[in-house]
Amino acid sequence: MATVDDIEEELPEKKPHREELTSEQQIRRRTLKAFALFGLAGVIPFSLWKWIKIQPKEAGLPKVFREVLKVNEEVANGYFSNANLAPTFPKDWAVKNVRVNGRDGLRSAIDKDAWRLKVEQPGRKALLISLDELKALPKQEIVFEFKCIEGWSQIQHWGGVNFAEFVKKYQLGQKDGSEAWYPYVGMKTPDGGYYVGIDTPSALHPQTILAYEMNGEPLTDLHGAPLRLIIPVKYGVKNLKRIGSLWFSDERPRDFWAERGYDYHVGL
Amino acid sequence: MKRIIHKHPLAIRWFHWINFPILFVMIWSGLLIYWAYQPYKIQIGDTVLFKFFPNWFIQALNLRRRLAEGMSWHFVFMWLFTINGALYVLYTFISGEWRFLLPNRRSFREAGQVLLHDLGIRKTAPPQVKYNGAQRIAYTAILLMGIGSLLTGLAIYKPTQFSGLTTVMGGYENARLWHFILTIGYVLFFVIHLLQVARAGWNNFQAMVTGFEVEKKLPEKTPPAPTTPA
Repeated sequence: MATVDDIEEELPEKKPHREELTSEQQIRRRTLKAFALFGLAGVIPFSLWKWIKIQPKEAGLPKVFREVLKVNEEVANGYFSNANLAPTFPKDWAVKNVRVNGRDGLRSAIDKDAWRLKVEQPGRKALLISLDELKALPKQEIVFEFKCIEGWSQIQHWGGVNFAEFVKKYQLGQKDGSEAWYPYVGMKTPDGGYYVGIDTPSALHPQTILAYEMNGEPLTDLHGAPLRLIIPVKYGVKNLKRIGSLWFSDERPRDFWAERGYDYHVGL
Repeated sequence: MKRIIHKHPLAIRWFHWINFPILFVMIWSGLLIYWAYQPYKIQIGDTVLFKFFPNWFIQALNLRRRLAEGMSWHFVFMWLFTINGALYVLYTFISGEWRFLLPNRRSFREAGQVLLHDLGIRKTAPPQVKYNGAQRIAYTAILLMGIGSLLTGLAIYKPTQFSGLTTVMGGYENARLWHFILTIGYVLFFVIHLLQVARAGWNNFQAMVTGFEVEKKLPEKTPPAPTTPA
């Protein structure tokens, strides 16, 4: 972009440094050289763009973007802490008209009386847990700003079972005979139409709730009756409605929106 | 015979030109993100003067249904934006270039004179070392805006992990609004910047590539022609 002698600094507050008289030819040569290098450097962003465009796609995104998003995730895991909480608000700040954004996984009818939460873990028999059993556990309520990946947010009021308490009560999540946790929790709707994968630390965050109430009332169908996930450390897309089954695993569970080009982690 | 006056150090030229495509990508991907939720408008009473953004604009730039793509570009290029900006700040402080860039006591009065001159009201431009008062203010403001974008961006990117920052930025929704306003600010800066560069002429513009300006006459006899570079 420029010749070596350009790098040397003029001292601050001094008049700009003047060179000895230079012939026009020299000036022209230096100008041409600088512009040639400038044009050449302009190839860099252009090739970078081309290179991104020809990348093989991984779940809808250029592979290199997926790799950077994984780095972002590792950085985020570095400062993630159970001590960092989503701000909470008084109950009367919560909106009455809670927004519904999608019906994936909710399109079929469901028999709520027959509903049981199915819980799976490698090497164990699946558990079937009724809503009454869950309601017997201590209830946790939260009024927080629910954030959609689209950009909107709403102060909402939810109630249910603290996920970490639930895990403790049913002795889930830790590998048999060791202290180690399975790194992921997967969840899906009974019809399999919507599914999410969540890293275990986020699931065990003290504000993560298996919710059965909204604004103090049982959940309505469109808000995920009989049981849904409320996870303030993630965007709304991970707050699965109408949980059919839940499982711990070593592999990343499939994730509905991550398969459609979104980041997998989406941690807040 | 002519002589060369060194103007922009190589590092500054690199930071400047690297920032250009990066900021372009950040603004473009930001538009893809903004499309998914577009609450902002300029309104007096019930009269909407301007909606961000009108349909023709969205259509012309093909912004629809590209949220996931926009987020991925934004969260990849945010690193380059931050690194380039941080290196620029570091460099200006180590090299002493900040002395040309930060406004001083005279800058605000001088900026007024520059404005009057640029509008054709005042005959002469105030004398300057490298940058005039208006430039000092503009270039320092754009740096502060960059820091503002970074902080408001972080506030909406991780509003739980950095909830203290989000609160300082006025809460989640306000942080998003400020993040947007700063972007509009960049666009306005860019427009004025281009106009000023065009006005100041070739010698000034080419210095951002070559690093030097060419002086036609001997400085002892006539002072260098006052340029109003952008």
